[in-house]
Amino acid sequence: MPATFTRNPVDVERNDTGIGGKPPYDRRPTGGGGDGENWENHPQGRGGPRELLIRYRLGLMFALSGDLMFFVALVSAFFVRQSTGHFDVYNHYTTDWRSLAVPPILWLNTAVLLLSSVTMEIARRQLFHEIDVMEEWLGLGRPAVKRAAPWLIATLGLGLTFLVGQWVAWEQLVQQGYLLSAPNPSSNFFYLITGIHGLHLVVGVLALMAALMGLFTLKKVEFRQIAVDSVAWYWHTMGIFWAFLFVLLVFFQ
Amino acid sequence: MLIPAAYALLKIGRVVWMPVDGSLHGPAADRLMWWNLVALCAIAVAGHLWLAFAMLRRKPAKRSVPAMARWVLLAGFCGMYAWMALTAQNLWAETRYEGPLQTAMHVEVVGVQFQWYFRYPGPDATYGVTRPRLVNAAAGNPLGIDPRDANGRDDVVSSVLVLPAGREVELRLRSLDVMHGFFIPGMRLKEDAIPGMTLHVHFTPEKVGTYPILCSQVCGLGHDRMQARLMVVSPADYAAWIAGRERAREAEE
Amino acid sequence: MRRALGKVFTTDHRRLGVMYLLLALAAVAVGTTLSLLMRFHRVWPNAVIPGFGVMKPEDYLALVTMHGTLMVFFVLTVAPQSGFANLVLPGQIGARGMAFPKINATSFWLTLVSFLVLISAAHLTAGGAPISGWTSYPPLSALPAAGPGQGLGMDLWLVSIGIFCVAAWLSALNMLATIVGKRRAGMTWARLPMTVWSWLVASVLTLLAFVVLLAAVGMLFSDRHFGTNFFIPMGDMINGQVVGHGNGSPMLWLQLFWFFGHPEVYIAVLPGMGLATSLFANFSRRRVAGYKMMAGMLVAIGLLGLLVWGHHMFVSGINPYAGTAFAAVTMAIAVPSTAEVIGWLATLWGGGLRLRTPMLFALGFLSFFIAGGLTGPILAQPSLDVYLHNTFFVVAHFHLIMAMAGVFGVFAGVYYWFPLMTGRLMNETLGKVHFWVSLIAAYGTFLPMHFAGLAGEPRHYDRLTGPAMNFTALLPLERGITYSALLLAAAQGIFLWNVFVSARRGRVAGVNPWESTTLEWENGEVPSLIERGPYEYELPQGEGGYHPQWESPVKQE
Ligand code: HEA
Ligand code: HEA
Ligand code: CUA
Ligand SMILES: [Cu+2]
Repeated sequence: MPATFTRNPVDVERNDTGIGGKPPYDRRPTGGGGDGENWENHPQGRGGPRELLIRYRLGLMFALSGDLMFFVALVSAFFVRQSTGHFDVYNHYTTDWRSLAVPPILWLNTAVLLLSSVTMEIARRQLFHEIDVMEEWLGLGRPAVKRAAPWLIATLGLGLTFLVGQWVAWEQLVQQGYLLSAPNPSSNFFYLITGIHGLHLVVGVLALMAALMGLFTLKKVEFRQIAVDSVAWYWHTMGIFWAFLFVLLVFFQ
Repeated sequence: MLIPAAYALLKIGRVVWMPVDGSLHGPAADRLMWWNLVALCAIAVAGHLWLAFAMLRRKPAKRSVPAMARWVLLAGFCGMYAWMALTAQNLWAETRYEGPLQTAMHVEVVGVQFQWYFRYPGPDATYGVTRPRLVNAAAGNPLGIDPRDANGRDDVVSSVLVLPAGREVELRLRSLDVMHGFFIPGMRLKEDAIPGMTLHVHFTPEKVGTYPILCSQVCGLGHDRMQARLMVVSPADYAAWIAGRERAREAEE
Repeated sequence: MRRALGKVFTTDHRRLGVMYLLLALAAVAVGTTLSLLMRFHRVWPNAVIPGFGVMKPEDYLALVTMHGTLMVFFVLTVAPQSGFANLVLPGQIGARGMAFPKINATSFWLTLVSFLVLISAAHLTAGGAPISGWTSYPPLSALPAAGPGQGLGMDLWLVSIGIFCVAAWLSALNMLATIVGKRRAGMTWARLPMTVWSWLVASVLTLLAFVVLLAAVGMLFSDRHFGTNFFIPMGDMINGQVVGHGNGSPMLWLQLFWFFGHPEVYIAVLPGMGLATSLFANFSRRRVAGYKMMAGMLVAIGLLGLLVWGHHMFVSGINPYAGTAFAAVTMAIAVPSTAEVIGWLATLWGGGLRLRTPMLFALGFLSFFIAGGLTGPILAQPSLDVYLHNTFFVVAHFHLIMAMAGVFGVFAGVYYWFPLMTGRLMNETLGKVHFWVSLIAAYGTFLPMHFAGLAGEPRHYDRLTGPAMNFTALLPLERGITYSALLLAAAQGIFLWNVFVSARRGRVAGVNPWESTTLEWENGEVPSLIERGPYEYELPQGEGGYHPQWESPVKQE
């Protein structure tokens, strides 16, 4: 690398983010609104509190807004496709859109997913519980983790239940003869939408497991918080997406 | 930059401009095109003169362009764009907003890799029913007209588009396979032929003559071969031609 | 060994930036070669190309398709956005790096994979490359039987684009997180260099547009392989076989594709606009005329750019009233673009420009943006587009404003930031020659195309037969185009040579060779608080005085 790229020592120092050693007043992992790389009123090279957390939230937010657009595209396609048809030989306008009755189990799945969002939120809250976190960060046991873990596990369970439920729903549809390749767009779209949302949830479940492991392996409070926090927001978003998609599939057939 | 353009103009004065127009709405469209080109070329030249001036100006001026001037200039351009939009809009509305006159004659245009077919509804003025499964160009039924349908009996299918001068025609565009683009430069007319849809355009050929019909939407390896001829003839000649076709068809039966 | 691997699988944003640029260079090399083959074939359709034979129609269409795809996706989306942004964006906002270095690296490798998949579509498959154009309209693109190259070739095209979408999405969210979250204290929105603004807007567009394309590509793929029928209409038949069993609608693809397609073309040009703004200020030693207005207009272009996609479908059976609406919005988008141009011209008005190579290319960018942009409002009028749609007039339009303006933007960037990549300056004389030859040749190539378009010559025509024979009168014109295209491509040799030589033996740049004010040129301590605007050039007081952003107001004079 040429001379113009000499990194200043600060970079090196900053490379280890997070906590450790004596607590500088401005590095408490929780409380106190930090904002990006705002280093006013404290020496250079010190990220404000929550700097990393906020960065990850930002990234996630943008990622999800893109994802939202992705689903919007699918939904608009759903409506366009619903409205297309052709004139049959008697010049009657016919469409091949035979709206399918969604399997009732979907209602159950939806309930499960929304519930899982609740448990997820509780788990998340635990990790930002001021006193516990202070203790953790001072190295006196891990109360936050102890409280959060069960809720995470619960969420994991519910998430898996939802996925199984979706699978069952597919099975039932196949029984009724609605295949992915059926010449019926509404069933095409049902599989497309539920399938893609399902994939998102699989990712979510994996992330959840990772976060769970992280709770016990990650050394720094800040990172444990980030792990759970990110997964939580992702999970909530998927819940909301599903709520909308569900309404779409049930009421807009 | 101007050399090749001038060279081109000298070398091929005739074809370098739009082909002679034979339609009723053509002159208006050409006038619009002309004014647009003149205005925008003038602006482009002005812009480049400004650029050249700035580049050649060795001694930097102390005063910069007042913000006011910029806004005025911008306002001017807004006015120009609005004017363009409006004039163009009028023409668009004229040609596309309303359907054809009651007196318009009807012709169906069907695109298929890599051929244009033109179907005249015949004396009964109604098109016969077509079925994809009956399509068989070799057996003389390229459009799959259903022989059992009375309306279809008198339909005339041609590979040249013959039209009487001075009478409005209503084209209905279809495609049997992929998207094609129905383009008659001489009539300032273009509309895509899209499978699964029936699109309508209407225009009035004025000048007697022969005009090329091209395919303007890439449709496969024969895209460039997919051409036909429009022959605008006097009403009398047209009557004779269509009668001849009718007789020929009857002779077949 | 491990160090070598470390160098390759780096997460250093600067290295990644350079790698992106090299990828774009590879793509542009291929794309250019294809375009020359096309030009050659258009003039000598029956010539025997050594090792290739006489070109078949499908070969020509495959060339066009690959050319368009490579150039749009792998050159003008990769180089100005991912390439330069990675190189200097963190520097310009006083951050230490991208928000997510690993995601950043991932998106590069995904881009590379998608590039290789695309290339393999051309060379490894039986049917050859797809022939349905970079817009891949179904059913042609949905039915393997519809033509050579529409089989495995088309599949690979879809896969490649799918991967590209994911990569673009990753790098966009990374860039947004960086710009929003990692600005140094005091680097307020009003102090962002215009390049950052343009990358910001382009990233938002990327985030919103590419996912839509991803969805569309996925649906098309499932139409081809999983028996769905989103795009294949009822009773659709290919050479005697009825293949359409549900009423899909090709229009659905057009809507989805162009909702992506138009923002995409602005993604391609926005970074160039930002860079041009910076360079005009720098090399005229003036403040940007109306900085806030310029930034605002960039945003406006981005927003409007999301609403105009219908102008590609005026004659594709959209409702005529919708046509009117899209025409109006499209005209509206010409306004912010015009405002940008006026701002630039106002900045330049005073003269006294330092005409170094980067500046020349920025000026070239402006010239092309004017010349190519002005045909936009013509195409935006449905009643004119009815005649011009899919003729060479359109080809001329987007080659001037996208191809040439975009590429000149890239050149300006390379010449300007070369010191950041190599510590050396590029050779001025070679640069100037490269500029002037390219400029003349580019106009020589793409101006005459307007006439071919006005004469009504359609795109994607392999050769002239039948009634189209009367276009043979255009042959001299076409020859002229081809010759100057050859010249244009040859001129790029100078550029490559210049890069190659200067990287080793170029003049050592030293610190801040262009006397620039933006942070990427600062080396040493970036102050913890930024207190200056991005373009504080002070021509009026004393020639060329300037206050870089890292300088604090106290030590002004
Ligand atoms: C970025 C976009 C781009 C660029 C640069 C070009 C460059 C060129 N294009 Fe093309 N072109 C398209 C985008 C582009 N094109 C698209 C989208 C289509 C439509 C495809 C379709 O219809 O599906 C098309 C179609 C198209 C056609 C129409 C074919 C047809 O429809 O029948 C023709 C015909 O002449 C043509 C010619 C050329 C020529 C001669 C060049 C020459 O200018 C080539 C010379 C090359 C350069 C001047 C670039 C050199 C740049 C560098 C070396 C910079 C590299 C540096 C770094 C990356 C660090 N192109
Ligand atoms: C970088 C890419 C880029 C950019 C920036 C633009 C910019 C614009 N484009 Fe273009 N366009 C393409 C890339 C681009 N386009 C491509 C690739 C296609 C073809 C796709 C395909 O079919 O393959 C296309 C096709 C295309 C069409 C469809 C044509 C057709 O297929 O029928 C239309 C129609 O409205 C259009 C309009 C416009 C308009 C109004 C602008 C406006 O934004 C232009 C704004 C700029 C100006 C208006 C110039 C301002 C300057 C001045 C006013 C000078 C000032 C002078 C003084 C002060 C003296 N474009
Ligand atoms: Cu039919 Cu091109
Ligand atoms: Cu567009």
